[in-house]
Amino acid sequence: MPWNFNSNTPIYIQIIEQIKFSIAVGEYRAGDKLLSVRELAAEAEVNPNTMQKALSELERGGLLYTQRTSGRFITSDEKLIEQLRTQLAKEQAENFINKMKLLGYSPDEAAEFLKNYK
Amino acid sequence: MLLECNKLCKYYGGKAALNNIDLQLERGKIIGLLGPNGSGKTTLIKILSGILTPSGGEVKISDKNIGIETKKIVSYLPERTYLSDWMTVRQTLDFFKDFYEDFSEETALDMLQKLNIQTSEKLRTMSKGTREKVQLILVMSRNAELYLLDEPIGGVDPAARDYILKTIISNFNENASVIISTHLISDVENILDDVIFLKYGDIVLHSAVDEIREQNGKSVDALFREVFAC
Repeated sequence: MPWNFNSNTPIYIQIIEQIKFSIAVGEYRAGDKLLSVRELAAEAEVNPNTMQKALSELERGGLLYTQRTSGRFITSDEKLIEQLRTQLAKEQAENFINKMKLLGYSPDEAAEFLKNYK
Repeated sequence: MLLECNKLCKYYGGKAALNNIDLQLERGKIIGLLGPNGSGKTTLIKILSGILTPSGGEVKISDKNIGIETKKIVSYLPERTYLSDWMTVRQTLDFFKDFYEDFSEETALDMLQKLNIQTSEKLRTMSKGTREKVQLILVMSRNAELYLLDEPIGGVDPAARDYILKTIISNFNENASVIISTHLISDVENILDDVIFLKYGDIVLHSAVDEIREQNGKSVDALFREVFAC
């Protein structure tokens, strides 16, 4: 998967966001096996410790799990993935509403605008 | 603790290149040693590698004083090559095998092959970038505890730079640490755990890259430009 990092926020946070996005859009499917920390770090050209930190965080949230002998996997809990999708959609909506507010649209007007937008 | 410096100083004549440096480094980290020209980066690296003797203070690597025992566990990439240019790659491999017990010829050959570098080739006939890659491969093929890389990406193109950084990431283990000195901060920033800023022989900052970004909302590169603004 292609990795892109900005220079203002910590890398591990950006890794978490990018993996979450890949799961939400189905690039990673439920139950998929991940590459090893070292392979992922080399692919993203980041420090292995940073990659490890991001993956541990995702594990804590339940999106990833480790099987002691065979590696790290995407959760097979479809409900959790659906929740993630909703959460990311919420963030996008918030973002949109905030930007529209700056442009002088009320939330209702913004919704109306969106409905008519083709 | 992998490395401990207490009140380390180095004078050239009356001029201080390092000023009572206290420094502790753990294992399993990649550390950026950053500072403008003349800040003491190379002096510090040369002391750690045993090439320069300190004027005062104490240095321990893996609880040992600098000497033969530390040279066994420290792998040093100097700013300028010390390999003779009449040598073939094969001869440099033998040279490293003779000198270092922890040198893995297999690792080196594997990396050379991936880069399509022939062992029969002479250093003299190589481009500057290829020579630098060979040198780095030799240094990273040792199973050392501390790697000291002085300006490893100085004169190479962006593709070679990527290769060099990947080589560093995939070749160090959790028992070892890597110190990289460089001016090209934005190029190495993503692979660093910690950074050390040196200024006129003093450590003015020693912090985790993530912390710097969290606390300042800016990259190490941007912070560096602020701290060292002329």
